Amino acid sequence: MTQRQVRIRSRVGLHARPAALFVQTAAKAPMEVTVAKVGGRPVNAKSILAVLGLDARCGEEIVITAEGESAERLLDELEAAVNAEADGA
Amino acid sequence: MPDLRPAPLGAVLTGTGVSPGTGVGPVVHLAGAVPEPPPARHGGTPEDARAERAAATAALEAVAAELSERGAQAAAAGNAEARDVLEALAMMARDVELAEAIAGRIDAGLAAPRAVFEAFAGYRRMLAGAGEYLAARVADLDDVRDRALARLLGLPMPGVPRRSEPFVLVARDLAPADTVALDPERVVAFVTEEGGPTSHTAILARALGVPAVVACPGCTELAEGAVVLVDGSTGTVRIDPPATGVRAARRRRRPPAASPGPGATKDGHPVPLLANIGGPQDVRAALEAGAEGIGLYRTEFLFLDRADPPSQAEQQAAYRAVLEAFPQGRVVVRTLDAGADKPLGFLPPPGDEPNPALGERGLRMLRRHPQVLEAQLGALARAAAGLSARLEVMAPMVTDAEEARAFAAACTAAGIEHAGVMVEVPAAALRAGDLAAEVEFLSIGTNDLAQYTCAADRQLGALAHLQDPWQPAVLDLVALTAAAAADAGRGCGVCGEAAADPLLACVLVGLGVTSLSMSASALPAVRAALARHTLAECRSAAAAARAARSAGRARAAARAHLPAPVEPGA
Repeated sequence: MTQRQVRIRSRVGLHARPAALFVQTAAKAPMEVTVAKVGGRPVNAKSILAVLGLDARCGEEIVITAEGESAERLLDELEAAVNAEADGA
Repeated sequence: MPDLRPAPLGAVLTGTGVSPGTGVGPVVHLAGAVPEPPPARHGGTPEDARAERAAATAALEAVAAELSERGAQAAAAGNAEARDVLEALAMMARDVELAEAIAGRIDAGLAAPRAVFEAFAGYRRMLAGAGEYLAARVADLDDVRDRALARLLGLPMPGVPRRSEPFVLVARDLAPADTVALDPERVVAFVTEEGGPTSHTAILARALGVPAVVACPGCTELAEGAVVLVDGSTGTVRIDPPATGVRAARRRRRPPAASPGPGATKDGHPVPLLANIGGPQDVRAALEAGAEGIGLYRTEFLFLDRADPPSQAEQQAAYRAVLEAFPQGRVVVRTLDAGADKPLGFLPPPGDEPNPALGERGLRMLRRHPQVLEAQLGALARAAAGLSARLEVMAPMVTDAEEARAFAAACTAAGIEHAGVMVEVPAAALRAGDLAAEVEFLSIGTNDLAQYTCAADRQLGALAHLQDPWQPAVLDLVALTAAAAADAGRGCGVCGEAAADPLLACVLVGLGVTSLSMSASALPAVRAALARHTLAECRSAAAAARAARSAGRARAAARAHLPAPVEPGA
């Protein structure tokens, strides 16, 4: 199991376009992917409704969890999706 | 579904006119809300369950495909924002967890429509209970649900109807999702049964220059196709108007964009337009010019020319008079801005300052005299008690995060909820993110920011060319401040003279500024300039201005990038 803690820097938080990019990226992965607020209950990262329901905002930290061989690469992509707007993509 | 009983010939319905002008055309109803499906069950066999699951999946997939298709059309038309909205709706329709929730309910015996309705209701509760941003997604979720149910139940699809001829759009109310696909060339007027002057319908209508009547009881019972004459000034809807009235309405041009009401860009991006005042005597002019609130209440007038500070009761009365004038709005009060350049009898400067602009002024002075700040904040808190206006208090001449934190703490101690700081010092602009972390909002004072950025004394006429807010360095600092505020989820207004220049106002909005405050007389021209341009056009003008190398070229570049006229009377 691979985990990563990511600080949200996009000003809209994990909502709107960052949320869409995040879920689209997770949905392409073959394995289960979850996301949670630090200390919170993990939800399915492939569900836009579940991800929006986290209500993760700018400045908050989230924990993304995936299993399997390519998990590290997937987490890289998901981290990039979370902060794509903040990084000017 | 609307009742199609014919209304009597020549009858008049009355509501509230929120966007002036007249429009005439046949009534087209926005399809009514899809009714809640009854808790019906399917036949109960595994085959029944399979068929219901397939029907639900097919309906949601069809909805998703249609939304994606419309998103692609929007993108092809250059509207990336609409594409993002529609694509997000499509993702909701394809949500894996939602699909599981629906399948689970069908397997438990519910018919597909009820299973869809209940599964959506679960997410609806979750989103409605969360923050402000998510509450807005509830309308999106309802839109997706209603589309799916309309397909399952064979009902007309909700959303704005498409027609090749001009028509009057009639609805119970208009939601943002309804209007994404709206073609303003076809809709000659809006009439809604609900809504008020600040409803989405009103803002959109004014931004588009389309006449609108809201809060008009009975309008949803108008017969589809009946010709009506809508007068958005008087708030009347005349059914089967006489031919003379129709010809007059058709002849009349669209209303001037300088309509009163909330500020917004042409595409409906709200930009609250506020007034700068020096005391209660200025409130009337602000209201008449359609100010949505006060963006800068200079409190010095209370303190000038006197040997003793004003009493708490006197201060409280002066603040309350202004707060009462804007029951729905916000009032941003600037604490006493005194210093060697604006000396007060009871607050002597600490010594001879050779350079008062760089001396102990603004918050620096108040920190030397904390009892004056405490007394003012206390009077403000009491003045706002029991009133619906939103009181925001900001400090002038703030330099760093430590000062911002101290001011926020003083406000909290006094019972003031919304504390902010002015950004006038380049150090504050460069580190706006640090300041934004300490307070709720930033307000850029462009006059002082230009003076300090270009090291050009405001009192010296010979340096006027360097006190220009169009100086690209000043525009850069505004952009930096607005971006830092946005990153922190904070508002960033401008309350200097720059906001009063219609061309610069568009550029400021393009730089990311979220509200504009100016003298009341400047409001109509600024409102009109914003209403003629989309947010994207403002952004492109802002980018062009920042790319220029001088103040003069920045202004010329911005003008060249704004397609519609921006000057008063244009």
